[in-house]
Amino acid sequence: MAPYDSVLDLIGNTPLVDVSALSPSPGVRILAKLEGQNPGGSVKDRAAKAMIEEAEKEGLLHPGSVVLESSSGNTGIALAMICRVRGYRLVVVLPENVSVERRQLLEVWGAEIVPSPGEEGSNGALRGARALAAEHPDWYFPYQYGNPANPKAHYEGTGPEIWRDCPEVTHFVAGLGTAGTLMGVGRFLKERNPAVQLWAVEPPAGEMVDGLRNLDDGFVPPVFVDNGGAELLDRKMIVRARESIEWTRRLTEVGIFAGISSGSAMAAAARGAAQLDEGVMVTLVADGGWKYLSTGAWTADLDEVTERATRLIYF
Amino acid sequence: MPVSVRLPTVLRTHAGGLSEVSAEGATIGEVVDDVVRQFPGTANHLKAPDGALHRFVNVYLDDEDVRYLGGLDTPVSDGAEVSIVPAVAGGTG
Repeated sequence: MAPYDSVLDLIGNTPLVDVSALSPSPGVRILAKLEGQNPGGSVKDRAAKAMIEEAEKEGLLHPGSVVLESSSGNTGIALAMICRVRGYRLVVVLPENVSVERRQLLEVWGAEIVPSPGEEGSNGALRGARALAAEHPDWYFPYQYGNPANPKAHYEGTGPEIWRDCPEVTHFVAGLGTAGTLMGVGRFLKERNPAVQLWAVEPPAGEMVDGLRNLDDGFVPPVFVDNGGAELLDRKMIVRARESIEWTRRLTEVGIFAGISSGSAMAAAARGAAQLDEGVMVTLVADGGWKYLSTGAWTADLDEVTERATRLIYF
Repeated sequence: MPVSVRLPTVLRTHAGGLSEVSAEGATIGEVVDDVVRQFPGTANHLKAPDGALHRFVNVYLDDEDVRYLGGLDTPVSDGAEVSIVPAVAGGTG
């Protein structure tokens, strides 16, 4: 194998692993796409790289430029790694109640952290970033929730990789978040095979850290709206904290040490698999478990971890 | 048939501070209307002027988003659990 020019060239091309041992239905295969294998440790490396490269192409970034983003962790970490390599300064608006490892990783890459109120969740971080962007028009604000490069990274990367490795896929199951992964992968797979089912998984964030002062402050990502998300999706499920943590633990039975949102996706895949006689599901493991060790998700009492999940942003 | 309806924090002030209420209806639309009847302050938060669900409101029937089932016409069976959840920025982003 030829040497890589840059660690950023390692982004993408993640492995698909059969985890059917966890399938409740013998006729339904479940495959996990391990995005934690990306160099920054999560699926967000893809969107972050695409957004930075797009901005570079448009001439928006120069050595020493400031990049600003709101993030509950992974996008910030991915951008921090990329900005460090490319010579940009990164400012991340981060809810103060994320796991400590996310903050530590941002510090590893030299990002500047602007805390946002924990009870306002990701919505509050986004509000904070918008305010900073208005104050500093010379800063580049990729705005992952509305940047077309985000779903495009998945339309051109994640989707084709899944199709290449598993053209027999019948279902794709992933967390909703910015909708970048689901819109990009979903559009690509449905163009190849319109029968592919697209399932979105949401943590019950709205019942925990929803950050709303009133409902009119609600938010649907432009990436979702612009890609016709409501028509593209076939199903959307809530997976609650307890079930997410249980499935994060079960993933270790097949040797996968994953973040808690991956437990949510796996729980949704298993719930759906139990209702089917046959199928081939691909589920997205968005990141590894390292950033969540301090939460005690694998080892502490399940009730305690679940209770803490109502206060911390785990997903 | 009464079903339990879980309310998000932002609606609780309009529902006497309750996090869960009981409502009747054979469809999601009827259940939502019954919540509005009991707690009129929730009306503008749940429904758009055209009668559709407010765009920032997701209604889940046994943890499935009703927009991908039958919308407001989705039938509700006895003992079902309905959750009203605001649409917010989220995920591992």
